[in-house]
Amino acid sequence: MPEKFDVIVVGAGPAGTSCAYLCAKNGLKVLQIERGEYPGAKNVMGGVLYKQQLEEIIPEFWKEAPIERPIVEQRMWLLDEESAITLGYKGQAWANEENYNNFTILRAKFDQWFAKKAQEQGVTLINETVVDACLVEEGKVIGVRTDRPDGDVYTDVVVLADGVNSLLAKQLGFHEEIEPAQVALTVMEVLNLPAETINERFNLEDGQGCTIEMFGDATKGHLGTAFLYTNKESLNIGVGTTLSSLVNSKMKPYDLLEYVKNHPIVKPLIKGAEEAEYLAHLIPEGGYHAIPKLVGDGVIVAGDAAQLVNGIHREGSNMAMKSGSFAAEAILLAKQTGKYTEEVLDIYREKVYESFIGKDLEKYKDATETLENHPQYLKEYIPMLNRAARTFFTVDGISKQEKQRGIFNMFMERGKIRTVQDMYRAWKVMK
Amino acid sequence: MEGDEIMAKATIEEKQYLVRFRADKESHLKILDQTLCLEKCPDKPCTYFCPGEVYKFEGDRIQVGYEGCHECGSCRIGCPHDNIEWKYPKGGYGVVFRLA
Repeated sequence: MPEKFDVIVVGAGPAGTSCAYLCAKNGLKVLQIERGEYPGAKNVMGGVLYKQQLEEIIPEFWKEAPIERPIVEQRMWLLDEESAITLGYKGQAWANEENYNNFTILRAKFDQWFAKKAQEQGVTLINETVVDACLVEEGKVIGVRTDRPDGDVYTDVVVLADGVNSLLAKQLGFHEEIEPAQVALTVMEVLNLPAETINERFNLEDGQGCTIEMFGDATKGHLGTAFLYTNKESLNIGVGTTLSSLVNSKMKPYDLLEYVKNHPIVKPLIKGAEEAEYLAHLIPEGGYHAIPKLVGDGVIVAGDAAQLVNGIHREGSNMAMKSGSFAAEAILLAKQTGKYTEEVLDIYREKVYESFIGKDLEKYKDATETLENHPQYLKEYIPMLNRAARTFFTVDGISKQEKQRGIFNMFMERGKIRTVQDMYRAWKVMK
Repeated sequence: MEGDEIMAKATIEEKQYLVRFRADKESHLKILDQTLCLEKCPDKPCTYFCPGEVYKFEGDRIQVGYEGCHECGSCRIGCPHDNIEWKYPKGGYGVVFRLA
């Protein structure tokens, strides 16, 4: 009889490792299976890790985790071809250890550290191993089939934290194939730049960081965003658009990335930086409507595999960690009852939906689709706002009142009713 | 060298040189029916949206350069004819991200 575990976690990203860590900490026998050479080898994100959800698992983790910079400033740019409306928030509160909000991290380093912490709790981690299928007996998941010789392993419960593509959840019939409009294909580069240069260009003190999100011309008006984040001695720059807009527009993602890097507003910030790595990844953007079945007999789906990403607020790894923690809580409860049925594990689904994860995803449940179906927000309004700002701030002898009238007329040229409808629709999906 | 010069010539080939790949001997990606690509798919979107430029239309067929695959899954989802069989590379093979 092969070895049996209490829990098998598929994937060593934020969701999987959170779950594995908490299960092992509470005395369960946990096997974690990662297909990469090491945790993080297959994992990509823009780079922002929020503090709260990991703090709940490992208090004061930031004292030892390989974080890059705590973020003290978040900027948002509405880009036109040669200009930008800039918004943002900078606060010294976020620079204070007690009040850290988020950090930039480099995933290959961070994920290895986090997985190591889970191993210290007793998790058995196997790298370089693909799970090809869940072993199912009478409708209940009883283990996994790996691509190793004699690769079947048995367990009471399997946690699918296998990422955005989650072939395993699909195999179980928990979701259909993902639609091209439900994912953002994101490409990014790590650019090396000395810390002092970063501090000067981004107006930062040592050990403080800044994030910039870009909308509008950054994606040539297609649904998506570009970003520029500061690490210790490098920058992450990337751009993501829905796969459907890439298919329809025939844009090449790496050409779009070059376009962003050469944008006149962006270019001076990255000048002279040396490309160190190029990465591509899908971000689940389907939101609330795309959440698959989360629980079955002997199985739980967490993190990106469960499509738990808030694209509007670029939150993903925090939701992954929280869902991984909820999965662990549900498994520990199930352990007490000795039953790992869908009915018992359903507490996981309830926790996900009742927490900020479910609530935030519900709040924006129609945002992606609305923006995809109504491209005028990014394609027309952002350029108009840029023209309006330029008109208003240029001193040329025309009175402010006349300028205001001109700007108002520019917005109404689209048709008064249409413009009012657009504003109402935007308010409705964001409220 | 000036940053400007670097950026001006940053092609996909140069980007791919920045990435570490541990290629298996056999492909984890497979075009199921080449005639479908040739006859029914005039746009061949995989040839432009794939971030690793894995798919190239050469002669009368799609060549699959699986060795440079980032394993993002876009081709499986974006192929308008569901004509790509997509698996993960065997354990330990494929892309190895070193940084982010």
